[in-house]
Amino acid sequence: MSVRPAATHINLAVSAQPTRKGSVRITDVVKVYGAAGAGVLAVDHCTFDVPPGEITVVVGPSGCGKTTLLNAIAGFHSISSGSIHLDDELLCGPQKLKARPGPDRIVVFQNGALFPWKTNIENVTFGPIMQGLLSRAEAYEKARDMMADAGLRGIEHNYPGEISSGVRRRVEIVRALMNGPKILLLDEPYRALDSLTKSVMHEALLEIFYKSRVTIFFITHDLEEAIFLGHRVVIMTTRPCRPKKILDIDIPHPRDYSVLTAKRFREFMDETAAAVHEEAIKAFAAGEKER
Amino acid sequence: MAKSFALKALGFVSGDDFWRGIASIAVFLIFWEVGSRSQALFGFAFPWVSQIPPPSSVLQELIVLIQDPSFWMSALLSTLRVFEGFLAAMVIGIPLGLAMAVSRTFYGITFPVFEVLRPIPPLAWVPASIIFWPTQELSIAFVTFLGAFFTIVINVIGGAQAIDVRYFQAARSMGSSTWDIFRRIILPATLPSIVVGATVGVGITWAVVVAAEMISGGGSAGSVGGSGGGLGFFIWNSYVGGSYTQIVAGMISIGIAGYVSSAVLRKIGKWLTPWLLEN
Repeated sequence: MSVRPAATHINLAVSAQPTRKGSVRITDVVKVYGAAGAGVLAVDHCTFDVPPGEITVVVGPSGCGKTTLLNAIAGFHSISSGSIHLDDELLCGPQKLKARPGPDRIVVFQNGALFPWKTNIENVTFGPIMQGLLSRAEAYEKARDMMADAGLRGIEHNYPGEISSGVRRRVEIVRALMNGPKILLLDEPYRALDSLTKSVMHEALLEIFYKSRVTIFFITHDLEEAIFLGHRVVIMTTRPCRPKKILDIDIPHPRDYSVLTAKRFREFMDETAAAVHEEAIKAFAAGEKER
Repeated sequence: MAKSFALKALGFVSGDDFWRGIASIAVFLIFWEVGSRSQALFGFAFPWVSQIPPPSSVLQELIVLIQDPSFWMSALLSTLRVFEGFLAAMVIGIPLGLAMAVSRTFYGITFPVFEVLRPIPPLAWVPASIIFWPTQELSIAFVTFLGAFFTIVINVIGGAQAIDVRYFQAARSMGSSTWDIFRRIILPATLPSIVVGATVGVGITWAVVVAAEMISGGGSAGSVGGSGGGLGFFIWNSYVGGSYTQIVAGMISIGIAGYVSSAVLRKIGKWLTPWLLEN
């Protein structure tokens, strides 16, 4: 075994010093699906910041266009106008409507996108090997450390189909972190999980966050989840999607599940529930009309 | 442990399943035996079944046949043709299906032609391929190839087109090149469909080879040695010679050969796709 200080003592921290990088600035973003003029307006002049090293949660009714925003940051879809910056670097803007996907912005998908034909550790080592950052042996060593650190010891050589969906989600987050991303984009990752598993997953996510301090952009329609996890909560209007209310949640981190019964938590819930409910009713009415 | 493994290798999930299988085959054989002896047993002939020789005579015939080298020659010849046609169908069909699934342009050009040719039964190709190919052997192999080819291509296209877009997005984000995506995403994700296409295709290949041998008179080997022209020609020859037990014995040997081919492919398929959970 060669002595490689960088590869021997690796924990979930992306680098030795907590990086204060990964700020995203979304400016005046508009997204129209379909032909201009006749198309559907999904995102309407959306402007807000995702502060670096924090968790920003976007809450809105299903189908409101929040995933469109996430896809624009990830570089999967183009925007129609406006701009998105990552650490003051232009991702997409007037000259270049579609960002290039890259390892600095990794998505954890709604229903999970671990490759079912690869074992968990093959999944986790996929990014660094693809990018040629680490040799196979180095990648495996780092992956084993990170998986152990995230409580995933013993399932390295299982296939994703052999583990529970909650554990799969955690493997996928570790796979994302292996790329050393500036920002993690989580698209309703716990939507399909039951509420008990969800609560375990929330604490596990926070634990990973406290260790890595990676910026997190989290999309959900669950207000409680949003306030529990987020430093910042952006409540979206229903389609077209635009920030309706931006709150900075001043409940101190690290948080655990006792927060849910705290007075301050309830105050935030009271303050926002009405706004979210209003949008949910609008979204429901719009859905009825479409039918 | 060893016993349950052996059962699984034969395609049974549990011991109960195994005994159900045995019982089902036994009942089938009893009905057949009684049916074909109905004239002697009940004084009137059951329709259809009474025309068929009983399984006991077929078994005797099979015992005679497996000691006859020319029968094995027939079986070997058919197996080789199946193997040739099937292999050619895999070698040409898999890359073609992948190319059609990957490239919209290529798909647009080739799919209409493919879809016009696909519904033509392989046997309708027999006269044309006899004219087209220089030897009987090649025309039989070609028709056999067609039997598996379309099934394999259609499965590969279907499998590759059904790949979840999130896999591509994830792979791109993690720095995969186009070649990486082909090799590490498209290929493994399509593998289960390739296995299905191959397993179904090999069955069709057996159906086609036998019919092609009957029509074309057993190929070059058949025209020389009589019963050396493959199992299809063997059955046809038995029909001409009036040996009904041989016909049924030949049919059963084809059934067994097809079953073994599919079982072998399923086995290889399982080995190639270990992530698919067995039930």
